[in-house]
Amino acid sequence: MADLPEPLPVQSAAPEAAEASIIGLTLNGVTRVVPLDDPRVTLLDLLRERLGLSGAKKGCDRGQCGACTVLLDGRRVNACLVLAVTLDGAAVETIEGLGGGGALHPLQAAFVEHDALQCGFCTPGQIMSALGLLAEEGNDPDPERIRAGMSGNLCRCGAHPAIVAAIRAVIGAGDRSEMPE
Amino acid sequence: MKAFDYLKPDAVPAAVGALAANPDAKLLAGGMTLLPTMKQRLAEPAALIDLAGIAGLKGITLDGDTLTIGAMTPHAEVAASATVAAAIPALAALAGGIGDPAVRNRGTIGGSLANCDPSADYPAAVLGLGATVITDRREIAADDFFLGLFETALEADELITAVRFPRPLRAGYAKFKSPASRYALVGVFVAETVAGVRVAVTGAAASVFRAPAFEAALAADFTPGAVAGLSVDAADLNADIHAEASYRAHLVTVMAKRAVAAALE
Ligand SMILES: Cc1cc2nc3c(=O)[nH]c(=O)nc-3n(C[C@H](O)[C@H](O)[C@H](O)COP(=O)(O)OP(=O)(O)OC[C@H]3O[C@@H](n4cnc5c(N)ncnc54)[C@H](O)[C@@H]3O)c2cc1C
Ligand code: FES
Ligand code: FES
Repeated sequence: MADLPEPLPVQSAAPEAAEASIIGLTLNGVTRVVPLDDPRVTLLDLLRERLGLSGAKKGCDRGQCGACTVLLDGRRVNACLVLAVTLDGAAVETIEGLGGGGALHPLQAAFVEHDALQCGFCTPGQIMSALGLLAEEGNDPDPERIRAGMSGNLCRCGAHPAIVAAIRAVIGAGDRSEMPE
Repeated sequence: MKAFDYLKPDAVPAAVGALAANPDAKLLAGGMTLLPTMKQRLAEPAALIDLAGIAGLKGITLDGDTLTIGAMTPHAEVAASATVAAAIPALAALAGGIGDPAVRNRGTIGGSLANCDPSADYPAAVLGLGATVITDRREIAADDFFLGLFETALEADELITAVRFPRPLRAGYAKFKSPASRYALVGVFVAETVAGVRVAVTGAAASVFRAPAFEAALAADFTPGAVAGLSVDAADLNADIHAEASYRAHLVTVMAKRAVAAALE
């Protein structure tokens, strides 16, 4: 992750109203110091518009779709509903932090293998959510539990059966019985 | 979102002081309701007072038959707590059914109660168990806390610090989820306590309410069949694109039966 761009010059929607603050956070394992001129900036906007990490997507911007899912201190959150200014000292993991050295993370590889996407808009959120699911709840392959555990991540293309199959494959319950024909 | 100042006090008195000094400020807990509301400009606080920096607002303790949950405890922690599961399993199950995992990782019990959404789950447990809401200045019995649509007994500068639940003999919760939001279209919490049976209904009306006829029937006979023939008056219930009032009334009876069945499991 050495080639992350430096934060863009910050632009405030209301420069007169905002006092500058500086937050330090660990982003995909790398410590970053980020100046913030405006407390309104969400984690999602910080990632996408100021740090050049556009993997997390903005679907609804109000916590309903899961396209912006990232891990905050190891747990899934909707980045659109977290204010960046609250994150001093936090650790954030995004889809850009997975894999490395040209290799895919096993979840990424399983999503490819199972065609667990169509347009791909929800996919970074789905994969980060799946990563959080495995960390939070362990490796129970019960499809119903996985469906419930992934219920915050909507896929408008309807790839849910293949998503569940991909997650089960990573857990080691790999069969394609969940797959649509 | 309109511009606001951000404050992060490290103690309850400082937070209450900041709130009292600035009537247009709001407390920030998980932000799961406040931030979407601000994005829609339905709320335009001049300042946000973040409660995340205050030690002691988070955590779960069991002392005898009293379970205390700190206001800043996220739903996921309540859902996964072995202490809650042992003392009041219905409460752990309720917390585990709120929204989705990302919402449960951030949303807090204090924020849910202060917000008093007509479809929220926690109000049903708090009223159904006869819990006590503890604030920076007093203790409020559940029967006195929920006043109406998004309206509680909290004063403008009052801060919830914790909620105290008495351990029931048995309790159960059943909700009919809106398939999109997973909020309760109707949710019913049933508890048999040493002080009697309590039945609290959420999602159906402007605010959570008790169902006295259901309570009396269950006091005599704590079985699903005891409430099967009862119903609440649809005239007082919500009607919206999700459900007519008469359907909500029907769901109250069905969810009450299921909640009793869950309590008997
Ligand atoms: C997609 C989605 C789905 C959801 N589904 C459900 C569901 O199925 N069931 C359900 O019950 N809820 C649901 N919620 C709501 C969520 O669970 C939270 O409980 C709720 O958002 C409020 O908690 P919060 O900690 O996020 O509070 P915030 O949004 O931070 O605050 C809410 C309000 O409470 C005030 N407040 C916060 N803490 C305190 C305190 N300690 N003392 C006094 N006032 C305080 C704030 O000033 C604000 O006015 C859902 C939310 C989302 C985004
Ligand atoms: S963009 Fe955050 S949940 Fe939809
Ligand atoms: S792949 Fe298109 S939204 Fe999921």
